[in-house]
Amino acid sequence: MKTFLLTITAATILITGVATAQDAPFAREIKVRQGIMGYRTMNVAILGAMAKGEVDYNAEQAQKAADNLLTAASIDMSMLWPEGSDDFANPDTRALAKIWEGGSDVGAKAQALVDAATAMQAAAGIDLASLQGALKGVGDACTACHEAYRASAN
Amino acid sequence: MRRILLSLTILAATGAAGAWFVLRPEPLPADALAGLEADAVRGEQVFWAGGCAACHSAEKAEGADRLVLKGGRRFPSPFGTFVAPNISNDPAAGIGTWTALGLANAMLRGVSPEGRHYYPVFPYASYARATLQDVVDLRAFLATLPADPSPSAPHEVAFPYNIRLGLGLWKRLHLDDGWVVAGDLNQAETRGRYLVEALGHCGECHTPRGGLGAMDRNRWLAGAPIPGGKSRFPNLTPAKLTWSEADIVAFLTTGFTPDYDSVGGAMAEVVDGLSHLAPSDRAAIAAYLKRVVPAE
Ligand code: HEC
Ligand code: HEC
Ligand code: HEC
Repeated sequence: MKTFLLTITAATILITGVATAQDAPFAREIKVRQGIMGYRTMNVAILGAMAKGEVDYNAEQAQKAADNLLTAASIDMSMLWPEGSDDFANPDTRALAKIWEGGSDVGAKAQALVDAATAMQAAAGIDLASLQGALKGVGDACTACHEAYRASAN
Repeated sequence: MRRILLSLTILAATGAAGAWFVLRPEPLPADALAGLEADAVRGEQVFWAGGCAACHSAEKAEGADRLVLKGGRRFPSPFGTFVAPNISNDPAAGIGTWTALGLANAMLRGVSPEGRHYYPVFPYASYARATLQDVVDLRAFLATLPADPSPSAPHEVAFPYNIRLGLGLWKRLHLDDGWVVAGDLNQAETRGRYLVEALGHCGECHTPRGGLGAMDRNRWLAGAPIPGGKSRFPNLTPAKLTWSEADIVAFLTTGFTPDYDSVGGAMAEVVDGLSHLAPSDRAAIAAYLKRVVPAE
């Protein structure tokens, strides 16, 4: 009986596993890359709150967030963007097929964020004004890629 | 019979003259700009506040290309599709030979140098509130930008909307250079009102429109459907926009919303323009938005 139940459970897991994979192709890659985007956002939020004056400027915290942002911007994400993992194939993603089409400059847009995050890393620990000055560059880099390669939210 | 015909002719003639009187373009007096000195450096601020690049640069232009005002962007509307003309410094294809008065007539009165009406998709219903000094400065700045020989494309607008004289009537009904938000405003709010209601033409997107496409002053900035799109221009009145002034300033500076998502759609270019302004100007816009009448 025990073995029987176990088999059923295993089969169920197998079946659901297969079903999910079929219903939602690239579900795993999509989830992970969205998580990395979320982690970028978390660190931008720490810098942004200081820039706005919602939180007192703290050089150490700012530096840490900027370091993390640069790391998250520099990470090799090639495994997470398989061709075809677009919003047409899976409704859970907002990635546009244009990412993989000829003439795509998604690589340059990713590099632009690395450059902006590098500038932020150099600025964040100096003082509040330097942090504020570097934030627009980061914002521009996120916006430029989202406008080109991310479907709008609604 | 002769007499009847004669009176009919007279009637028709006075009718046409009357119609012409109502529909005629009304340019500024020839000496309107007398005594104003141009400052191209200030003109650059007017340029970015006015968002000219967002319509007159090529679609998706980035960086230095945003200063090449070659035209070509398309604006779908219930009346047809309008195409932005070349306003680069080219003497033939663009506005290289235009005077400051010519630009003032276009922006404040919606009238071309040949005396034709412009369509209000060119947001002169907002620019009508701009100061002549700002237009003179802007003219000087535009003269520093590159020339581009691309010819302007015709609008794709069908009868009767292709009859420009009819726009004279629209202007009589809807061209109103009075301020929308009235009452006691402090210095920052007053500057913000100028930036939002005049140069920034924020109402052109964020205010709902009536039947003939005029902004509804009674629902100022209350949000509107995006023509040709599925979503809406958000409501910016305090009824819906509950962001703090610091949040609004941060958004207009970096493009980050309070939850650090990035600005999208047509607003991305507006933010790009506003980010060139002095920080005090973005703070002024935020202060003004808090004074707008709340509307659901
Ligand atoms: C090179 C292109 C690119 C850059 C640069 C970029 N993003 Fe993204 N981002 C995307 C794409 C594409 C998606 C959609 C991913 C998906 O839904 O699978 C996305 C999605 C997101 C999301 C939504 C995640 C979710 O849970 O659905 C957030 C938040 C985000 N990005 C934040 C940022 C921030 C903050 C920055 C700048 C620090 C940034 N992104 C820079 C391409 C980019
Ligand atoms: C919302 C888009 C939009 C914005 C913003 C805009 N324009 Fe235009 N503009 C147009 C369109 C469309 C026309 C064509 C109108 C017509 O043909 O009736 C036009 C026409 C013009 C003309 C007349 C050109 C000609 O050949 O007759 C001038 C000059 C001009 N715009 C200057 C400007 C300046 C300066 C700014 C910024 C202060 C500006 N525009 C902002 C859309 C825009
Ligand atoms: C060409 C059309 C257009 C013009 C002009 C325009 N906006 Fe917007 N605005 C938008 C769109 C579209 C959005 C939605 C952006 C998004 O989805 O990320 C938006 C969003 C906003 C938001 C965020 C509101 C929210 O609840 O998310 C603010 C604040 C705003 N605009 C202020 C302004 C101000 C101030 C001006 C004038 C200086 C202006 N806008 C001019 C199109 C426009």
